[in-house]
Amino acid sequence: MSSDIERTSGRARLAAGGARSATLGALGRQPGSQVLRNRIFFGLIVVALSIALLGLALVLIDAILKGRNSLSLDLVTNRTSPRAERAGFKVAILGTLYLIGFMILMVVPIGVGAAVYLEEYANKQRWWNRLIELNIQNLAAVPAIIYGILGLAFIVRGPLDLGFILFAGSITLALLVLPVVIIASREAIRAVPPSIREGSLALGVTQWQTIWRQVLPAATPGILTGIILAVSRAMGEAAPLLLLGATTFVTFNPQPFSDTGYTALPVLIYNYATRPQADIREVAAGGILVMLAVLLLMNSFAIWLRNRYEQRW
Amino acid sequence: MAAPEVVAPEAVGVRTRRLEASSPRYGEKAIKALLGLCAALSVLTTTAIVLALLGPAVDFFREVPSGDFFLKTEWFPTQGFFGVLPLVVGTFNVVLWAMVFAIPIGLGSAIYLSEYAPSRVRKVLKPMLEVLAGIPTVAIGFFGAYFLVPLLRDHWPGSFLGGPPGFFMAGGAALCVGLMIVPIISSLSEDAMSSVPGGLREGAYALGASKMRVATRVVFPAAFSGIVASIVLGVSRALGETMIVLMVAGNRPAMTLNPVEVIQAMTAYIGVTATGDIATGTVEYNTLFAVGALLFALTLVMNMISIRFVRKFREVYE
Repeated sequence: MSSDIERTSGRARLAAGGARSATLGALGRQPGSQVLRNRIFFGLIVVALSIALLGLALVLIDAILKGRNSLSLDLVTNRTSPRAERAGFKVAILGTLYLIGFMILMVVPIGVGAAVYLEEYANKQRWWNRLIELNIQNLAAVPAIIYGILGLAFIVRGPLDLGFILFAGSITLALLVLPVVIIASREAIRAVPPSIREGSLALGVTQWQTIWRQVLPAATPGILTGIILAVSRAMGEAAPLLLLGATTFVTFNPQPFSDTGYTALPVLIYNYATRPQADIREVAAGGILVMLAVLLLMNSFAIWLRNRYEQRW
Repeated sequence: MAAPEVVAPEAVGVRTRRLEASSPRYGEKAIKALLGLCAALSVLTTTAIVLALLGPAVDFFREVPSGDFFLKTEWFPTQGFFGVLPLVVGTFNVVLWAMVFAIPIGLGSAIYLSEYAPSRVRKVLKPMLEVLAGIPTVAIGFFGAYFLVPLLRDHWPGSFLGGPPGFFMAGGAALCVGLMIVPIISSLSEDAMSSVPGGLREGAYALGASKMRVATRVVFPAAFSGIVASIVLGVSRALGETMIVLMVAGNRPAMTLNPVEVIQAMTAYIGVTATGDIATGTVEYNTLFAVGALLFALTLVMNMISIRFVRKFREVYE
């Protein structure tokens, strides 16, 4: 009840403030030529938006211009090499596929499970559920490199002691994107109207059966969007892998569970890009093109999916 | 079925049914517990992060006095100089200039999208910004190192700052980081502005306010806490960005806010040092965790501020 009053008073305050400033604007002393000021303001914000889009477009254009010469099948079939004419991304692409594959296996059930618990079971009055919620919000903004430190101290060494293996990288990436998956899945589950649950429960169906047969299928597009965005974030993430042994200049295919060395696409791009020879930078730009093409397609699909199913209810 | 000896009159013909489930439903309870465990994993992760950082950081402070770490101005761990300030100042150099770039650009874009754009334009531009937000930072770093900084070097406009810049430059990294966080700021601020009730706008228009006035004096203040939250989130992302600062800002610690200089950010130090071969348990190894703990603490403060502002915003409108 009291929160209702606060909400109303908040709105009233803002409305009054807005009305006052508008009244002053209309009836108070008019500064100079208002039309001109309005035009300048409009011009400025259009310029701002153009700079944002242009800057991001330049990133793509620059990669296309620098990488188009190296764009050939060799780029994805050649192994790692310090010499530009033999350098490619086969080993790194395999590494990324393994990393992401294992990560999906871990992050999807755990992330969706946590989201189901928080939306369908958790009693928001309990302090531990509120703690979990606050915690997830915080984890979502912890820098990626901190997850690298976590992986180094707890998974590669320390309690789990897996060594510098690919699977340790997978676990770390799974922890990194877990909050993203949980937050997106929760929103998707929350968007399923309660009437669907109530209808199902009224027929004598148990809570879990309701969730499994009604809520989750209805929330699937939203959950899928979250998962795709999380996967694309993990695919482009290099920072935590720097700490987990992915920088070794390996020339053979990765073994997920032995410490024969592995690398990932963004890490190898970084490695090629920071070598002194200019011609290997073209290979790096080619790698960026391959990575951007995959990621932008995935993101576009995810956002299309979200907008397509957004207002179904 | 044996008829009961004594039947209460009101129960005749009305079989009392129990409302509880006919079985204890252990499966349901097990599932709930399992899902609860999934959610609890997040708390475990945070605990693990704190433990992972604190353990070695405590070891570090046993060998290096915390006064040296926080107050001295020379960072050269291999030579025994452990003043972290140059790394912190280097990080803030990048964050500061990144925000100088990203706040006006991001907010300008948000105001255009929320207040001015025709809905058809907005339906194209907003998803476009969101897709572009997914560009990996290694790609932006490459752009910075081999396009932006060379471009700035060849056509150097800021000779009053010194320079022209060399191969590495804090300001170049700042522009790239700014580019990375513009979609975050514009997208979240746009959400905040478009959830301001239309009645406020209409009331102002009815009083004869111009469009610019409505945008800057009515919508902007009404969405203020949401906008602040988006900016704070942007700062927190800029603080933790690694690949861009590693590739563009350089790796030489320096106490300067001048964007032309080479600096080393905290994240870049962690990235560079961890990839080299350093033995576990040495002071140098422990510096990673001390710097990491400081970075974690800084971003945590930012996140808490951002969450606080988002809550305030939600209380008003949702």
